[in-house]
Amino acid sequence: MSDQNRLSVFKTYKLYVGGKFPRSESGRVYEVTDAKGKWLANAPLSSRKDARDAVVAARKAFGGWSGATAYNRGQILYRIAEMLEGRRDQYVAEVADAEGLSKSKAGLQVDAAIDRWVWYAGWTDKIAQVVGGGNPVAGPFFNLSSPEPTGVVAVLAPQESSFLGLVSVVAPVIATGNTAVVVASEKAPLPALSLSEVLATSDLPGGVVNILSGRTAEIAAPLASHQDVNAIDLAGADETLAKELEIAAADNLKRVLRPQPVDGGGWSTTPGTDRMTAFLETKTVWHPTGALGASGSSY
Amino acid sequence: MTLIGGAGPQNERTGLYSRYARRYARLVTMPTTASAVPAHGLADVTASDSTLRRFLHGLPGVDTVGLEARAASLGTRSIKTTAKAYAIDLAISMVDLTTLEGADTPGKVRALGAKAVRPDPTDRATPATAAVCVYPDMVPAAKAAVAGSGVKVASVATAFPAGRASLAVKLADVREAVTAGADEVDMVIDRGAFLAGNYMKVYDEIVAVREACGTSARLKVIFETGELSTYDNIRRASWLGMLAGADFIKTSTGKVAVNATPANTLLMLEAVRDFRAQTGVQVGVKPAGGIRTTKDAIKFLVLVNETAGGDWLDNHWFRFGASSLLNDLLMQRQKLATGRYSGPDYVTVD
Repeated sequence: MSDQNRLSVFKTYKLYVGGKFPRSESGRVYEVTDAKGKWLANAPLSSRKDARDAVVAARKAFGGWSGATAYNRGQILYRIAEMLEGRRDQYVAEVADAEGLSKSKAGLQVDAAIDRWVWYAGWTDKIAQVVGGGNPVAGPFFNLSSPEPTGVVAVLAPQESSFLGLVSVVAPVIATGNTAVVVASEKAPLPALSLSEVLATSDLPGGVVNILSGRTAEIAAPLASHQDVNAIDLAGADETLAKELEIAAADNLKRVLRPQPVDGGGWSTTPGTDRMTAFLETKTVWHPTGALGASGSSY
Repeated sequence: MTLIGGAGPQNERTGLYSRYARRYARLVTMPTTASAVPAHGLADVTASDSTLRRFLHGLPGVDTVGLEARAASLGTRSIKTTAKAYAIDLAISMVDLTTLEGADTPGKVRALGAKAVRPDPTDRATPATAAVCVYPDMVPAAKAAVAGSGVKVASVATAFPAGRASLAVKLADVREAVTAGADEVDMVIDRGAFLAGNYMKVYDEIVAVREACGTSARLKVIFETGELSTYDNIRRASWLGMLAGADFIKTSTGKVAVNATPANTLLMLEAVRDFRAQTGVQVGVKPAGGIRTTKDAIKFLVLVNETAGGDWLDNHWFRFGASSLLNDLLMQRQKLATGRYSGPDYVTVD
């Protein structure tokens, strides 16, 4: 059979919720075009009910994921990087289409994104030593602070950097044991929706990352006011939307990470620990060392 | 010919029953002693084992495909905004808040009672639930917890959930619950006897329990539909329970794999509708077990309205046996009131 006669098989892009690939509950889709306006695919246009379902899935996954050992989380994040490496060409093509980049520039973006997974994979079992530890107290107690994940985090992925930016906001959230509901870039959601295929095959428990595509403002509003979402990262919101969402989020005292300028939207520099510590809470426990004895010291 | 769908004209249905009446009339001998069962048009079918069997086996067979299709199609109704708010409040008022665990403590029952009286302390407009449902030994604790409110105390009895005990033990169980002040008694039928075809034994037991309940307690009869294996059996059990004087017929104990489903509840709703048409006696229905979400509860309310009719849309005639359902109803209620999705942090942990 010659190549001219073969019909191409189009991919149906779907949401990623609770480890499954559903269509939008609303049944809606919208047209995604490349940087020049050429049609690429139809992506699901999520509704607030999809957002609600994603929060339920993320909440259900939180116990297991936050309870997993940091070492285990690191292994799984590294596995994601391995899987991405194997499908590098696909992501290069998708990023090139989505952002109007040349193949070589898109290749650099994808490589940087893979490296970022590895970087955060290394952090999972080290962040506790950096931001936690023993505190010196005047009394016969051990006083220990340990960072604990906040819970379900709504993440608005950056609008411009469709893949590297996405990885840069999602990886730190899950590295520390949170679960995430991610709203993909509105204009360029396809790399994010394809990332879900890798997440689904990398031992990442279903529901730890849930990816929605659609109008950012429409999906973000119910997430910001949702009483069962513990924090929100506004990286992908413009100034007006960020303000509205911050007001809505104040209602149940959500942690809010405001949009921050990241090297001109390129996301290429090494990020530091700020994005991890933004969604960590510090738990401090006091534990008696035992009787001090006649000498005034138990040692 | 079938009763499924509820679309059959009235004369068709009465025609159906007069045919049964003719069929078993030759066998019926009028009872010589006065029966404890209220006199209605069907009193003579329980005169003997053979007439009862003849009647129950004469009930029309259930069209399984039709029943399930009807239940599924009624589950597709879209109930939104004000209708949803009404349905949620109605469903909350119909909940029998249940705890039937070996680990029940008086403290847990008290907490449950407080929740039944005021399900959402942050919103006083929330209606109280219908009842709390506990084991007989917890009735005094439950009674104290709901004292002064309109919330009833229901007690399971008759060796719940298996029902495998002698009649004397079962009756003692019932009497203890009633003496302790239970307003409602949930009994289980002897499924073994029913499946063995010993209908009269099941009937006599229900009648005896009915007597032990006296006038103060309403009797709910649990069939454990998941163990009756066929829809025909569920229909027979429904009629048997109603003939014996049940105030409520209830699907299941919540202790087996298959509990209340829309299809078996629809079947029981048809039975109570037909029973009232035949005898003038209204009997309540209580699906129990496996109803966890507001969406499910609203589906059941649609079934009630479309099958039995609006007369049953009241907590005197329809109940949900549930525990986790209430939290979901409250979260949906909060969502409707505030426009924000609520979370499990804003309802009690049971």
